[in-house]
Amino acid sequence: MSSKLQEWLDGPYAKATGRFPERREEFRRSSGDALAPIYVNGDDDPLPGEYPYTRGIQPTMYRGRLWTMRQYAGQEDAEASNHRYRFLLDQGQTGLSVAFDLPTQIGYDSDASMAEGEVGKVGVAIDSIDDMRTLFDQIPLDRVTTSMTINSTANILLSLYAAVAEEQGVGRDKIGGTVQNDILKEYVARGTYIYPPKPSMRLITDSFDYCTREVPRWNTISISGYHMREAGCTAAQEIGFTLANAIAYVEAALEQGLAFDSFGPRLSFFFACHSNFLEEIGKFRAARRLWASIARERFGSENQRAQMLRFHTQTGGVTLTAQQPDNNVIRTTLQALAAVLGGTQSLHTNSLDEALGLPSEHAVEIALRTQQVIGYESGVADVIDPLGGSYYIEQTTDQLEEEARNYIEQIDALGGAVSAIEQGYQQAEILEAASSFQREVETEAEAAREGDRTAGHRGRVIVGVNRFETDEESDVEIVRVDPTVRERQIEKLERLRDRRDPSAVSAALDAIQQAADTDENLVPLMLDAVKQSATLGEISDALRKVWGEYRERIVV
Amino acid sequence: MSDTATMTDQIRVLVAKPGLDGHDRGAKIVARALRDAGMEVIYTGIRQTPDMIAEAALQEDVHVVALSVLSGAHLELFPRVVEACGQRGITPENTLFLGGGIIPDEDAAVLQDAGFSAVFGPGAHTGDIAEYVRAHVPELDRS
Repeated sequence: MSSKLQEWLDGPYAKATGRFPERREEFRRSSGDALAPIYVNGDDDPLPGEYPYTRGIQPTMYRGRLWTMRQYAGQEDAEASNHRYRFLLDQGQTGLSVAFDLPTQIGYDSDASMAEGEVGKVGVAIDSIDDMRTLFDQIPLDRVTTSMTINSTANILLSLYAAVAEEQGVGRDKIGGTVQNDILKEYVARGTYIYPPKPSMRLITDSFDYCTREVPRWNTISISGYHMREAGCTAAQEIGFTLANAIAYVEAALEQGLAFDSFGPRLSFFFACHSNFLEEIGKFRAARRLWASIARERFGSENQRAQMLRFHTQTGGVTLTAQQPDNNVIRTTLQALAAVLGGTQSLHTNSLDEALGLPSEHAVEIALRTQQVIGYESGVADVIDPLGGSYYIEQTTDQLEEEARNYIEQIDALGGAVSAIEQGYQQAEILEAASSFQREVETEAEAAREGDRTAGHRGRVIVGVNRFETDEESDVEIVRVDPTVRERQIEKLERLRDRRDPSAVSAALDAIQQAADTDENLVPLMLDAVKQSATLGEISDALRKVWGEYRERIVV
Repeated sequence: MSDTATMTDQIRVLVAKPGLDGHDRGAKIVARALRDAGMEVIYTGIRQTPDMIAEAALQEDVHVVALSVLSGAHLELFPRVVEACGQRGITPENTLFLGGGIIPDEDAAVLQDAGFSAVFGPGAHTGDIAEYVRAHVPELDRS
């Protein structure tokens, strides 16, 4: 055995297992001796839990604890979503992930004219603390961690969460979870921005500052490549653009006088996992290594926890097909397996029916079972980074790191991520990649129509779409959002406005509006406003009055 | 304008995203494909109200209004765009209304009754969309 490995086994590994025993005393193949935690090729191999973390961020990885199985869910109103969360927790899910509807994400109450048609559609409608209280009814917020996909209005939702936890008797220092809070990728790809970049970045640094002091277990940002990947970019661009955005957030926080090693451990990341199985595994390994070196070399980090890239993964929504939807189970399984082999900390697996509409409860259950089969039956979680050392995986990792680094350099040359976005650089790159993908798919479709019987030698095969098609009708049930959700939300808002103290609400909103122009941290003011039953739309409007709204730079 | 003029004029298409949905990959890909097929394409960007879309359709004097929504709000928003267009004299008789996005078959039937001549879902070939437009624009009453 190499001396470095022995040192690792006696040092970080022994320390980790001493504190938290592994899932089993021994992990075995169907025949043979107990498995080693890690297999190495030579003395120079980086080991798990050691810089640059290529093989994983913890010394025991999934031998200690499986990834968090976290299904993104939310629909209609707080009652319906609370029902779904309790179902998922009963089924063995280990964390919550809240999907909000678009009005909540863009700072409109359900009764706003802009909200028409969208209330409760892609997630749950949250207008006020009344909805938030219902959403987490009978869910103990000291025992569950919650991830919230929320960006422009992240500080409002964090305030609502903290306020509801307080009502449950759980202090701010005890709640754990994540807000996405990644506005830059919203300008690039996802579109739920409200304000221009500068004040939006200030909201983010306010949350870094506040949570570092007050909510120590909270991940203040989930810097996301997922949506840029869904919009069409490549694996290398996904890492490059995401880490370039991360650099912009770090620089904004440094300008506010925060220290990298103090807020760095609360930065988390979010990637997609698409269908090129081995490339995706290399991508996750490359992202970890690249972020570790950026933390050390660019930001002078000395805190290991600030150098570890921790990430959530979601399987690729855009890879799902409306044709032959059962095939999506297989796609999702492969993608989930790649995410696990890449060392993800948490995972959402898509449901088979999501190219057709909202997922049914049955489809969500299959998606969760997919993770459980990988975790408990496949054996891939029994050794750390089992593909490390494969010639192909290592070279793919190296190459993706190199390509991603080049994208970061290009973005640096354009003046950083914010400036590059304002110039439309990432948007144009993504559209170029999406167009080229579409051409490959359509070239294959044309080849098939022309009677070319060799699948895949001219274009890109999508099984069931441009090759191997059938005429069978799909029997997937379409989940419908109750059309009366908006009316019910409007009634709730009317009751709220009747019951609350109008002068306390307007004082709280005025305080936010006045602080918007100063350096004062807005989070405590928002917390006060939500406790006074100010609505999400009212708080967002207070800031709109001062900051205005962002207008998209259209790139076609 | 006579039918012959319509056929020789460049086809003008408005691609628009009504509502709050920001998933614009499909809209942009279709906009590009129709442009590459020789049409003049105006893309509105995201978060357009029905009135904003109708106004753009009027200003640009388009033959085609193509809408994309992936948030499930199509049954509410698409008919409201047709209505707002109608107030400006833009109707399914003189303009082709197309829909795209995550739209179940049974909803596509409802939208056809509301004035949409076709709905294209996931997996649609952009060449087929261009061909559809070319085949149906000459049937419009542009007089």
